[in-house]
Amino acid sequence: MAELVGAVAVAGGGIAGIQSALDLADSGLKVYLIESSPAIGGVMAQLDKTFPTLDCSMCTLSPKLAEASRHQNIELLAYSEIKEISGEAGNFEITVTRKATYVDPVKCTACELCLAKCPVKVLDEYNAGMSKRKAIYLPFPQAVSRVMTIDAEHCIYLTKGKCGNCKKVCENDAIDYEMKDRDEVINVGSVILSTGFAPFDPTELEQFHYEHLDVVTALEFERLLSSSGPYVGHVKMANGETPKKIAWLQCIGSRNPEIGRPNCSAVCCMYATKEAMVAMEHDSELETTIFNIDLRAFGKGFEQFYQRAKNETGIRFIRSRPSGVDIDPVTNRLSVRYEVEGSTETAGEEFDMVILSIGLTPSESSKKLAEIAGIEMDEYGNITTAIDAPMTTSVPGIFACGTIVAPKDIPDTVADASGAASKAHSILASARGTLVIERTYVPEKDITDEEPRIGVVVCDCGINIASVVDVPAVVEYVKTLPYVVHAYEQTYACSTDSLDNIKDVIKEHNLNRVVVASCTPRTHEPLFQDTCRDAGLNPYLFELANIREHCSWVHQQEPKLATEKAKDITRMSVARVALLDLLYTQKLDFNHGGLVIGGGVAGMTAALDIAEKGFTTYLVEREPELGGLFRTFTRLQDGRTTTEILDPMIAAVNSNPNLTVYTGTTLDEVEGAMGRFKGKLSNGEEIEFGSAIIATGANEFEPEGYFGYGADNVITQSALEVKLDEGTVDAASVVMIQCAGGRNDERPYCSRVYCTTAMKNVIRLKEEDPERNIYVLYRDIRTYGVWEELYTRAREFGVIFMRYTEDDEPVVADGTVTITDKLLNDTKFEIATDLVVLSAPLVAPEGAEDTAMLFKVPVDSNKFFLEAHIKLRPVDFATDGVFLAGSAQAPKLVDESISQASAAASRACSILAKEQLETSGVISVVDADVCIGCGRCVEVCPYGAPELKEVEIVTEEISYMTRKSEIDPAICKGCGSCAAECPTSAITARHFTTKQISAVIDAFAFTDGSIEEVA
Amino acid sequence: MVVFEPKIVMFCCNWCSYAGADLVGVGRLQYPTNTRVIRVMCSSRIQPTFILQALKDGADGVLVTGCHIGDCHYIDGNVYTEERMKNVVDAMKLLGLEGRVHLEWVSASEGPKFRETVTEFVEQIRALGLSPLRAE
Repeated sequence: MAELVGAVAVAGGGIAGIQSALDLADSGLKVYLIESSPAIGGVMAQLDKTFPTLDCSMCTLSPKLAEASRHQNIELLAYSEIKEISGEAGNFEITVTRKATYVDPVKCTACELCLAKCPVKVLDEYNAGMSKRKAIYLPFPQAVSRVMTIDAEHCIYLTKGKCGNCKKVCENDAIDYEMKDRDEVINVGSVILSTGFAPFDPTELEQFHYEHLDVVTALEFERLLSSSGPYVGHVKMANGETPKKIAWLQCIGSRNPEIGRPNCSAVCCMYATKEAMVAMEHDSELETTIFNIDLRAFGKGFEQFYQRAKNETGIRFIRSRPSGVDIDPVTNRLSVRYEVEGSTETAGEEFDMVILSIGLTPSESSKKLAEIAGIEMDEYGNITTAIDAPMTTSVPGIFACGTIVAPKDIPDTVADASGAASKAHSILASARGTLVIERTYVPEKDITDEEPRIGVVVCDCGINIASVVDVPAVVEYVKTLPYVVHAYEQTYACSTDSLDNIKDVIKEHNLNRVVVASCTPRTHEPLFQDTCRDAGLNPYLFELANIREHCSWVHQQEPKLATEKAKDITRMSVARVALLDLLYTQKLDFNHGGLVIGGGVAGMTAALDIAEKGFTTYLVEREPELGGLFRTFTRLQDGRTTTEILDPMIAAVNSNPNLTVYTGTTLDEVEGAMGRFKGKLSNGEEIEFGSAIIATGANEFEPEGYFGYGADNVITQSALEVKLDEGTVDAASVVMIQCAGGRNDERPYCSRVYCTTAMKNVIRLKEEDPERNIYVLYRDIRTYGVWEELYTRAREFGVIFMRYTEDDEPVVADGTVTITDKLLNDTKFEIATDLVVLSAPLVAPEGAEDTAMLFKVPVDSNKFFLEAHIKLRPVDFATDGVFLAGSAQAPKLVDESISQASAAASRACSILAKEQLETSGVISVVDADVCIGCGRCVEVCPYGAPELKEVEIVTEEISYMTRKSEIDPAICKGCGSCAAECPTSAITARHFTTKQISAVIDAFAFTDGSIEEVA
Repeated sequence: MVVFEPKIVMFCCNWCSYAGADLVGVGRLQYPTNTRVIRVMCSSRIQPTFILQALKDGADGVLVTGCHIGDCHYIDGNVYTEERMKNVVDAMKLLGLEGRVHLEWVSASEGPKFRETVTEFVEQIRALGLSPLRAE
C-alpha cells in the first residue's frame, strides 16, 4: 500500500466544507480547502436570518470564515476546481485548476481603488442578481480571502483589450492581465466532497410566472430581507412600493415527480416560515400566507416555531398546492390559483408579491465532481450512501457531506461535515501531524523594565483614508502624545513591503509597542500581530486604530471633523497600547482518552470513531446489552434488518483494543474539566478521560391514555415491527394514528422519525398482504428529504390517508376508529379495524437530567440535551470538551444519529489529537488576596470557568477556612463578564483590564476643545 | 459662534456591533462624527463604572451596543449586559442624567441599524445639550 499522506482535500467552501476543514486542521491534518468561487461561505453567507431562532446568519458564520482563512493547517484554494483525481485511499493525487483572478493575491490589499474606476457593471450573484457589482470585485463585504478578482467574462480589457483602468489606479501593481489558469497537483490521503446544492430554477414551471418582477425565489427574498441586500432590508416591489400582502408557494421543484423531482427538499417549510416571520418583524402591517401540502416542521424546535408563527405571529397557513399564478392583463397584479382543501372548488387570491419556495437540487458542478471522483450517484444526482454509513461514498477514502448527499438544513449539514472529517481522520490517524508546519518566530525581546516606546503608523489606504482624513496632520499630532517615539505615514500599511518596513522600524527605534491607524482589527489585527512577533515583540503589544471603517468611510463629507476624529481614535489607541501587558498562551499536558455515555447506535459509533484514531476509549451503557432504542425496531427503511447493522457494530466495539465497554454500569460522579476529567463508575472503578460524549438516546413513549392504548389491538410502531418480523399481524384492516401523544401541550415537539417509520411499516404491511386495508390518520406527513419516496410508494399501494387536526382527534372504540377527515370536507368516517398502531413520540430517557448535572450541561424543556448553538454547533456543548450525539439531542433517524455520532467523535478528537492544550492569552485571572469568595463570577460565566475552592488562610493571629474563586485557564474564553461583575475588582480580564479601558476613556476626554469651536 | 457638538463614547462588542460598525463603513453609509468607539470582546465586559467614568470625563452620552439576545458569541453574556445597563439607566434618572446612557443591540449584518442608532442617539444628546457634568 502506498504511503499514507496526512492531508485531506475538501472540495466546496460552504459551511460544510469549512466545518470539515476546521475539524481536520485542528486534529493535526493538513487541509486543502478548494472552492470554485472567489470566496468561501457558500449559501449560508447569503441568508439573512436562520430558523428557528432567527439568529443573524452572517454573525455566526463570519467568525468561522476568519478561522478557516487563518488556520495554520488550512490552505485555501479559492477560485479553483478539481480537474482530476487518481490514486487510492490514503494516497490520492489531485489536479486542481487554479483559475486566473488577474490579481496578485500577495500584492492586493483590497483597498478598492479599482472598484471605483471599473466601468463595467455586472449582475451581483451575492444579491441573487438583484443589484450590480463591478467586473473587478470582492464577492461580499465579509469575504475571505480579501483579494479582488477580475471577472474575465465581463472585463473590457480581457475581452476587448480596452480600458485597463484597474491596472492604472492600482498603486501596488497587483493587476496582472497576463495571468493564466494553471494546474496544480496536490497529494492527499483522503477527499471530502461538500460542494452543496444549486437552488432550483423555477423558469421551467411556466405556470408560476417567474418572469414577473414580483415573483421571486425564496433565496432572492432572503437578499431582499437582508440589511446588506440590494434595498438594505426594505422589501420592495418592482414599482418601488412596499408590499402589503405576500404569498409563499411551497414545493416549487420538490415533491413533483412530473418534472423528475419527487423528493422533499427538507428545508423549505421552515425557511418560508422564517422569511414570513422576519418580513412581519420588518413591517407589522404585512399580511403573509404560506401555501403548503404538509408543513414539515420536523427538526429540533421547529414545531414550536411553526406554532408560534401560526398562533402568535399570525401567518396564514393554507393547505393547498397552488396550480399556478395568474397575472391580470390590465393591472399586472398577481393572483394565486389554488384548490380549497376538502373541496373541489378553485379559489384565486391576489397578492402583491409571490415567493417561490424553491427546492434544493444537486448542482451540475457537484455531478461533474462525482464523475471525476468516480463515485456513484442516484438517479437524481445525489451521492449514494448507506443508512449505516451516511458519509461514505462508493470509492474508499472519498467521503461526502451536506446537501451533496441529500437536501438537509444547516445543523444536519454541519454534523455531517464533522462526521465526514471523522471518517477521513480515522484512515489517516497514523499520519496525523506529519504535514503540519509549526511556525517559528525569533526570540521575544525582554521589555519588562522598559518604559513604553510606541511607534505609530498612520495608513493612507491609498485614498480610502487619505482623501478624507488629513493623514500628515494626524501623524504630526500623534508625535505629541506621551511615549510616542516614532510616527510616520504609509500608503498601504498592510502591503508586504510596508510590513517589512514596520519590522525595521521596530528595530531601528527600539520600539516596544506598535499602533497602526488604518482599518478594522477584525480583518487585519492578526497580520500586524504576526509582523510584531517577527520583530521579536509580544503580539499583544499591538493595537489597531480603526480610522477607515469607523472614520474616513463614514464621514466622507466632513474631512475636518473626520481628521479630528482620527486623531481621537489614534490617541485612544496610543493610551491603550501603553498599558498593554505581555501575554502568553499556556501549554498544559492532559489526558487523551475519550468517554462515551450510552451504548446505542450513536454511542457505539462515537466510541468506535474515537478508538479507531488510536485513543483510549470507555463506553458506558446502563442496560446489560448494547444497542439501545435501535434494538426495539426490526427493519430499516432500505429493507435491511436492524441486526444486520447492530451485530457487526457490537462485534467491532467488543474487539477494538482501544475500547473498554462497561454494560450494566452507570457513571455516577464526574469532576474536573476538559483534558482532566475523572469519573467514578457504579462498579466502583475510577476512570480518567480528556473528553466526553453524551449519547444517552431516547425512548418510545408509552402512550397511556391516548387512543385506547392498553387494549390488545392497540400497539405502538415498535411493537408492530416485532409482530411483522414474527409474522403475527393478524389484521385485515389496520389504522395508524400519527402524533399519538406528541405535538401537544405535554410534548410540544415533533418526533421527526415517525412519519418515515409509519410509511416503512405500511409498505411492509401491504407487501405482506396486499388485500389489507390500511388507513393512516395524520396531521402532517413529514417524510422529509429522500424518504418522501416511501410516502409515494405507500400511496401507490393504495394506503388511505386521512387528515385530522389537534382539536378534532380520532376516537378509538372497540373495533372502530372514528375520524373527521379534513381532506374530504370534514366528512365523518367510522372505520372498522382489527389493529390500531400508534406513532407515539420519542421521549428523553429517565436520568437524562442526572447526566446533565454530572457535566454541568443544559437540557431543554423536553429534557433533550441542549447544544451550544442550534445551527453551527449541533454536537458541541458550551462546556469545552463535552459533546452530544444522537437522539439525546432530539429525535432522529439512524443515519442522522450515526452522522452526529461521528461528528461528536471528530470534535472530541480535534481536542484529543493535540499534544498539549493551549490556553488563550486573553483570559481572566483572580487575585486571591482580594477575592471575597462571593461566587458572582461563577454565576455569570457561561462556561463554568470560575470555581469556588476551599482554601485555608493562615495569618499570624488567626487561621481559617474560606472560599476563593479560581478561573480555569483551559476553559476561560476571555469575554470579561466576570471582571465586570466582581464587586471587589479581584478579577482581571487580561487585554481588557479595567486600567486599560479606563485609560482609553480618559484619553477620549483630553481633547483640545476644538470640537466645540466648529461653527 | 460656538455650536454644541455632543461628545459620545460608544462601546461595541467584537463580534456583532463592532462588525456592524465595520459594515456601515464598507457600505459607505454616512453618519455624524460625534462617537468614539471602545471595543471590548463582549458587551458583558462593560462594567457600570466605565459609564460613570466616561460621563465624568466629559462625555455627553454613552452608547452601549452588543449582539442581539440569543446571538451572543459567549452564549448569554449580553443577558448580564442588559441587566447591568438597566440598572445604570435607572441610576441616571436619579442623578439627573436621564437619557444620556442607552443600550442597543446591533448585529454584524445590521449596518443601517448601526447608523440609525448612532444618528438618533446623537440627536437625542444634542437635544439634551451639554452634560451637566461638563457645563461650567
